[in-house]
Amino acid sequence: MAIMSMIQALNSALDTMMGRDPNVLTFGEDVGYFGGVFKVTEHLQQKYGARRCFDAPISEGGIAGTAIGMAVYGLRPVVEIQFADYMYPAYDQLVSEAAKIRYRSAGEFTVPLTVRMPYGGGIFGGQTHSQSPEALFTHVAGLKTVIPSTPYDAKGLLIAAIEDDDPIIFLEPKRIYNGPFDGRRDRPVVPWSKHDASEVPEGHYTIPLGKAAIVREGADCTILAYGTMVHVALAAAEESGIDSEVIDLRTLVPVDIETIVKSVSKTGRCVIVHEATRTSGYGGELSALVQEHCFYQLEAPIERVTGYDTPYPHALEWEYFPGPSRVIKAMRRVMEAA
Amino acid sequence: MDQAPGPRRSNALSLHVPAPRARPGDKPDFSGWSFPEPGATPRPDIDAPAFELRDYAYGLVRVLDMEGNALGPWAPHLSPDAMRRALKHMLLTRAFDERMHRAQRQGKTSFYMQSLGEEAIAVAAGMALSPDDMCFPSYRQQGLLIAREYPLIDMMHQIYSNARDPLKGRQLPIMYSSKRAGFFTISGNLATQLPIAVGWSMASAYSGDMRIAAAWVGDGATAEGDFHSAMTFAAVYRAPVIINVTNNQWAISSFQGIAGGDNTTFAARGIGYGVPPLRVDGNDFLAVYAVTQWAAERARANLGPTLIEHFSYRGGPHSTSDDPARYRPADEYRCWPLGDPIERLKQHLVSIGEWSEDQHRAAQEDAAETVRATGREAEKIGTLTEGAHPRSSMFDDVYKDLPWHLRQQRDESGS
Repeated sequence: MAIMSMIQALNSALDTMMGRDPNVLTFGEDVGYFGGVFKVTEHLQQKYGARRCFDAPISEGGIAGTAIGMAVYGLRPVVEIQFADYMYPAYDQLVSEAAKIRYRSAGEFTVPLTVRMPYGGGIFGGQTHSQSPEALFTHVAGLKTVIPSTPYDAKGLLIAAIEDDDPIIFLEPKRIYNGPFDGRRDRPVVPWSKHDASEVPEGHYTIPLGKAAIVREGADCTILAYGTMVHVALAAAEESGIDSEVIDLRTLVPVDIETIVKSVSKTGRCVIVHEATRTSGYGGELSALVQEHCFYQLEAPIERVTGYDTPYPHALEWEYFPGPSRVIKAMRRVMEAA
Repeated sequence: MDQAPGPRRSNALSLHVPAPRARPGDKPDFSGWSFPEPGATPRPDIDAPAFELRDYAYGLVRVLDMEGNALGPWAPHLSPDAMRRALKHMLLTRAFDERMHRAQRQGKTSFYMQSLGEEAIAVAAGMALSPDDMCFPSYRQQGLLIAREYPLIDMMHQIYSNARDPLKGRQLPIMYSSKRAGFFTISGNLATQLPIAVGWSMASAYSGDMRIAAAWVGDGATAEGDFHSAMTFAAVYRAPVIINVTNNQWAISSFQGIAGGDNTTFAARGIGYGVPPLRVDGNDFLAVYAVTQWAAERARANLGPTLIEHFSYRGGPHSTSDDPARYRPADEYRCWPLGDPIERLKQHLVSIGEWSEDQHRAAQEDAAETVRATGREAEKIGTLTEGAHPRSSMFDDVYKDLPWHLRQQRDESGS
């Protein structure tokens, strides 16, 4: 075991897979010599050579398209979109090609591709370095969407993604790259080394896709979250004094419906938390699923705590960010209802 | 603004919208076009630096003259047998198109796209490339499958979405896919196949393979960003790929000037990327064969990509969904100055004493009969309307394994 930040854990996942499988290679903007703007691919070019870890032109459509071609050939490319906000030029390739090639070729051509994208706000990145576009992927048949919330999960999920035979959108919550941020920006940042989930095995292990984690057990209220918001939800649970169960979804598609249903059936209350804008956000899907599966167990209307339906406002970032106070308010509403 | 602005000032800006020379009712007008003489264009060494090849973007590689003589350094010196095979592939492609277009009119399928007048472009590539080179076609390269002798009946099964459709009724007719034939699954939204082809060829180079990739895109779709990113990546990583632009003058009802063809050639796009730009008479089988062979040799020698513009004319409608008489002169195709690819290769074979009118008629009839007989067999299996695929099959192959939500939807669908 080693103590790793999420960046180091992701780097370790890539290192592990490049060491095991010559078909794994990685590229993206500033990914090669420099090791990526967030350093996730640091030292990989030195270790594996420029043919296995290299810089790409500033062309997300080209990065996605060429990576799809490599995957069709039989490689397992892992590409980095420098910020998830930059992925829109790649969207056509991901939606029209990566997601549909297996289906339209009746299984003859496949796309074992992993697309890594740092996402989310809380870093004063303004509207083009802060977005959470997960719902744009969860809406697409043929893609799987994965979001880790700890170093341990990040490595195990990334290895599982690379080994998976379907195209994976791997969204990395960049606000918690270096520490488990709970949404209280007035408090000092806690490094990952103070967190149990920073203990990361050196070698190969996987966390199965499609399996959520119950990160806090509780009897009265279920909070569904992923990425940075897992830590915000945990902080809210502690501060509220409400006996809450916090579920880290880890994979959004296919989502772990069993874990969700079991928890909400037990608590009868559900708060859904995400940083992305609300309308047509993934929380809408979660809310519908909970309603469909748990209607008769629900004691209160389902609450959503999300980013507002605005672009990410630079100077008002902390007004926009759905921090613990807003989560606690929602928890109180579900507890007070009926 | 509800009303047009008032009187224009003499120095006011004005917006230019290109228009073709002729629309329905006009006389076809190809005046002012000039082409190099057949045989006049030198053939560069395959390792010539791209910057020395700029002139090729503005010329036209031609081998056959209009009397059927094969001239100059690009003449590929194919055996008469190979040329007869090429002719038969083109005849079969045309006969197939003719019948399947009609089958759509008869309601046996929803959609069809002919390659009338462009048969040489796909058939020559299909013969010049190695059989295991990977093709990333657009939607008018059925000649590749025919040249690679992919079973005609499987193409028909696909078009009819019947029980033997290799694609299980999932794809629009003619959007074939065959890994075995080195034919990548066709996408309906244009130019996406270009960066994928480049990536495939990069993977081949990465793996120390011998296979190269070739991709096709129409003149209209060169305006897509994917064309630009494909050219950039191909040039940057010296990818072993051939990017073919089939300039057939028309993108549905928009002429090639709407994609920028009035200002320069499509081959000239290559210059800005440092990619060798070859422009070829797409109706000249021998010239298309020769430039494809040149580009393939160059790619195989680790010398990188080539951009080829095939200058041609779309003889038929864009698809079964449009009537070209509504947007271009009805006789424009007949007036095309570079003739018909089948007639021109036939003329050459006849002129060297390797073919005759009688043999040609027999080959035409043979192609038509093959298509008729194959069509009867395919229709016995079924046509579109017959619902050959179980509802449950709709949920397969979205992912490798069926996730819970698709299993639930499958069950809800009653299958």
